[in-house]
Amino acid sequence: MSKQTKTLNLNFGPQHPAAHGVLRLILELDGEVVEKADPHIGLLHRGTEKLIEHKTYSQAVPYFDRLDYVAPMNQEHAFALAIEKILKIEVPIRAQYIRVLFCEIGRILSHILNITTQALDVGALTPSLWGFEERETLMTFYERVSGSRLHANYFRAGGVHKDLPRGLENDISDFIKKFPKIIDDLETLLTDNRIFKQRNVDIGIVSKQDALDYSFSGVMLRGSNVAWDLRKSQPYDCYEQMEFNIPVGTNGDCYDRYLCRVEEMRESVKIIDQCIKNMPKGPIKTLDGKISPPPKKVLKESMEALIHHFKLFTEGYRVNKDEIYTAVEAPKGEFGVYLISDGSSKPYKCKIRAPGFSHLQAMDYLIKGHMLADVPAVLGSLDIVFGEIDR
Amino acid sequence: MFSLQDLEKKINSELTTKINTSKINHSQIFINIDSEDLIDVILFLKNNENTKFRQLIDITAVDYPQNEKRFKLIYMFLSHEYNSRLVLECLINEDEIVPTITKIYPASNWMEREVFDMYGIKFKDHPDLRRILTDYGFEGFPLRKDFPLTGHNEVRYSEDEKKVIYEPVKLEQNYRNFDYESPWEGTKYINKNTKDK
Repeated sequence: MSKQTKTLNLNFGPQHPAAHGVLRLILELDGEVVEKADPHIGLLHRGTEKLIEHKTYSQAVPYFDRLDYVAPMNQEHAFALAIEKILKIEVPIRAQYIRVLFCEIGRILSHILNITTQALDVGALTPSLWGFEERETLMTFYERVSGSRLHANYFRAGGVHKDLPRGLENDISDFIKKFPKIIDDLETLLTDNRIFKQRNVDIGIVSKQDALDYSFSGVMLRGSNVAWDLRKSQPYDCYEQMEFNIPVGTNGDCYDRYLCRVEEMRESVKIIDQCIKNMPKGPIKTLDGKISPPPKKVLKESMEALIHHFKLFTEGYRVNKDEIYTAVEAPKGEFGVYLISDGSSKPYKCKIRAPGFSHLQAMDYLIKGHMLADVPAVLGSLDIVFGEIDR
Repeated sequence: MFSLQDLEKKINSELTTKINTSKINHSQIFINIDSEDLIDVILFLKNNENTKFRQLIDITAVDYPQNEKRFKLIYMFLSHEYNSRLVLECLINEDEIVPTITKIYPASNWMEREVFDMYGIKFKDHPDLRRILTDYGFEGFPLRKDFPLTGHNEVRYSEDEKKVIYEPVKLEQNYRNFDYESPWEGTKYINKNTKDK
């Protein structure tokens, strides 16, 4: 008598709390061991790239908030930089500092969400309760500066929309004084926690070579001991003046990636501190009236300003014919925008390079041979957000 | 460490016959090649000691409906060793089948699927060329310039049939695409009247 084995097909998601959104994962199981994983994505596809082709450059910015919706401003940054490079605009120093400040706040927002939900996936409830309280505080900073907690629409080509409201700098610096203590608290819950380590150490190991082959970036790459960070290697805005370290992992497993994220939050706190201390006074967007709209007050007095205002909000500014790829170090990895302009006020093409897309692609490679229970742990450490993957 | 200009020269001297044009723009190298040389050039860029473009960043395409060769296929590479970026372009016909590079860069699997999904460009020997971002059973290639912004079908839950149904798009109002770029020439009748006098 011979023993017959049959693989079981399991449909994970698209409505599963550990799927981090609308991921449908078709798993082929042999007992409890995963033999094949086939992610089905696109359930949140909104056609962002197509929509951007039909909008003016300034109308396209809000679409970037809706990509990786846990760190909206980092995405806007890539788009703003792309336009600035084509138009060759100088961004005022104060605007650069504000942008870096809010990008780092975005990084903390994203990492808190990821660390705590990853913990939630492997059975720890408390970190998410503690972490989300801090996220709420950070989102009020977003709200005070842009008027909205999530979909900020704050960065512009040539600077930012508005200056910081009075008192915001003090409140942010108060926050970052007490925030390292909160990271410590989160670490006491997780870093040496036996269950957390059992679920994460040596799970989903990525070798250095595979991390490169699969186009990993961000923490996924640094967790595998590749010291690569666009903020250091190809600095944009005022990152050159900032002092910070790049944490790298050694084993490339889920646990190392968790540790990298925790350390990155501490580095972000350092950058925010430097931004607030060194932020100069001055304009917050380019003074070129052909690109940034005039202040409301001037509209009543100056004919030229009125014309500029009208032209900017109907036709929009024109961008000369060019092609460019710009990338920023978003919390999840290299977020890039490939922009083709044709001299009109709408982009001819805008391809968005989302880091999570390549990370999720490697799901089959990461999970093969692991147990079913490791699927949420690996998924959690990939840090995927479907807004950016499905676009 | 050598400069981007040197790198461009090196690539040009090694691949003289295969490169149509090359330029440096925004501190990135842009190279234009023919689609027959795609595999050779990419293998060279990945393995040569002087280039080492080990990471494929993205693959995308651009649609130029008025051109004879309709699509431009774009590959973006990154070299960690030399901290440089390269953009590889090749023009292809609408019905041309391009060789896949999944054997060279495993990451290209989904990227090629996305290009196929959005533009309908087929890749030869691709292990799994299915649609990726669009809906199950979707028809058409959304990022082509002749595909309407609204799409062809809309989805809703039908209370009568107790299931999700697909219907042709019904618009309450036409898509309003104002031509803001037309220059201001004044009203026609005034011009006419003044000319008559």
